Amino acid sequence: MSPEFSGKVRKEIDRIIARYPQKEAAILPLLHLTQQEFGFISPESEKLVAGILGIKPIQVREVVTFYTMLNREPIGKYHIQVCSNLSCSLLGAEKLTDYLKEKLSIEPGQTSEDKKFTLSLVECIGACEQAPCMMINFDYHGNLDKKKIDKILDGLE
Amino acid sequence: MAEKVLTQHFGLKNVYQIDEYIKQGGYEAVKKALKLKPEEILEEMKKANLRGRGGAGFPAGVKWGFVPKVDKPKYLCVNADEGEPGTFKDRYIMSHNPHMLLEGIIITSYCVGIHSAYIYIRGEYEAVALRLEEAISEAYDKGYLGKNILNSGFDLDVSVHRGAGAYICGEETALLESLEGKRGNPRLKPPFPASVGLFQCPTVINNVETLSNIPQIILNGADWFTGKGLPKDGGTRIFGVSGMVEKPGIYELPIGTNLKDIINKHAGGMKQGKKLKAVIPGGMSAPVLKADEIDIPMDFDSLVNAESMLGSAAIIVIDTGTSMLDVLKAVTKFYSHESCGLCTPCRIGTSWINKIVKRMAEGKGSKKDIDDIVRLASNILGKTLCPLGDAAAMPILSIAKKFRKELESRL
Ligand SMILES: Cc1cc2nc3c(=O)[nH]c(=O)nc-3n(C[C@H](O)[C@H](O)[C@H](O)COP(=O)(O)O)c2cc1C
Ligand code: SF4
Repeated sequence: MSPEFSGKVRKEIDRIIARYPQKEAAILPLLHLTQQEFGFISPESEKLVAGILGIKPIQVREVVTFYTMLNREPIGKYHIQVCSNLSCSLLGAEKLTDYLKEKLSIEPGQTSEDKKFTLSLVECIGACEQAPCMMINFDYHGNLDKKKIDKILDGLE
Repeated sequence: MAEKVLTQHFGLKNVYQIDEYIKQGGYEAVKKALKLKPEEILEEMKKANLRGRGGAGFPAGVKWGFVPKVDKPKYLCVNADEGEPGTFKDRYIMSHNPHMLLEGIIITSYCVGIHSAYIYIRGEYEAVALRLEEAISEAYDKGYLGKNILNSGFDLDVSVHRGAGAYICGEETALLESLEGKRGNPRLKPPFPASVGLFQCPTVINNVETLSNIPQIILNGADWFTGKGLPKDGGTRIFGVSGMVEKPGIYELPIGTNLKDIINKHAGGMKQGKKLKAVIPGGMSAPVLKADEIDIPMDFDSLVNAESMLGSAAIIVIDTGTSMLDVLKAVTKFYSHESCGLCTPCRIGTSWINKIVKRMAEGKGSKKDIDDIVRLASNILGKTLCPLGDAAAMPILSIAKKFRKELESRL
């Protein structure tokens, strides 16, 4: 089935497009919405967005493949993104990543079999004062150690 | 304790809400500015010589002065991409005091004749983007944004635009491409954005912290501003300290504050008695300083003289227990990941260097590898379309030069 936005989301899209003198500028906000609604950005979703903006699907593909936050494959319910940049690695990010790999039995880039977790290594997420840190979906978690990770993951449904 | 300017309200819990902000004297600067002539504001801003806080340190007033008086829409893009590793100051400003930034946006727009502003914020900061959107909506309700602001006849619309994970989109021309709905590949300059920017129209691009300084400059005057910090490099900076210190965090201090004092006095010194080895003084792109080089004032010119840079004023502290090869690995991994791929020296060079460093870290390196790194990085320097190439080459070269012995000992 090809994806469709609900009437409510359509209205939101109209409001977004109205902010820009050129429709195409709304592409990133629309792709964020797409990901929020459907979980990831499929070729069908690319066509949907292209249709709304009056551009070619390939133009949407060009954008989707440029940005790391836009997922072209389904991901788990919880996307764990561990910072692997300098301030975090100074304070032990690598060991924590190993711990997460073991705990979830997945490698970075993989999703657990029950589709609950996806693990990714990312560059600086702008929370270096709380290093080592990670994001779970859009929530920031800092000053991590193994115990804290256990507690956070145990709290996830 | 030095007087705080940008973070003065951070202790107050609700200052992100407009009523509390107004109680603290908020929006007085906008009221004052709208009664001045745009030329008067520009004059004052040039006098204040507010240097850009995004990285390059270009004076804001001079930049605004480049915008031609043509009959075309003009735009303001607020750079809230905050991608430089080690940097997290703009997040604090936007989440604690979003109205201070909005005041800066309104005054800048009024001065330059702009009626449409976009805040380009990194995609990961979703919660911060929501806070900004609430603040914007409050400002519309109170008549500080929208049509005929405070009966001045001046109109301004502001919206938030979220990025989606790409360091290069912090570079101003890549930011423009991204905002226009394209891949974030930088543009060739000239033409400069001041004349041909967003949607082919004249555009001002300024960093969040830069703009947040403006309300206080309007209220207190350029002389007050240059009286803080240094005469040619006035005001305060929000220094972000991370790495091996006791108290990582943000510290707003006058420009020119000694780096040693920032680390030892303000950030609580080294973590758990660890010993200092090196400091990156201005975000990952800044060449590294050795432990004996940190007795230095933190201002643009002093750091250039020390062959490094103040950049985003993000200070990363490295201890003797950390191997510089691991630091080099983190640096090269970052740039090879973030190169947009448009020009060959940057695209191939960064990933090639990263491969060599990884091989060295596995214990399979040779002396020639270090020479190769230096040769490759030197061939990126000055030969790329945008400054990311240099930003990658400079820290790599500084580590290879200053810590060559240590790198060789790891072969
Ligand atoms: C690779 C690269 C990344 C950059 N990232 C940022 C950023 O995240 N935030 C920012 O304000 N400036 C960034 N800059 C600097 C901008 O290009 C530009 O100089 C700045 O936004 C101008 O604003 P200012 O004069 O107020 O500092 C970056 C530059 C380069 C070359
Ligand atoms: S220097 Fe690097 S990031 Fe900049 S345009 Fe060239 S390839 Fe892209």
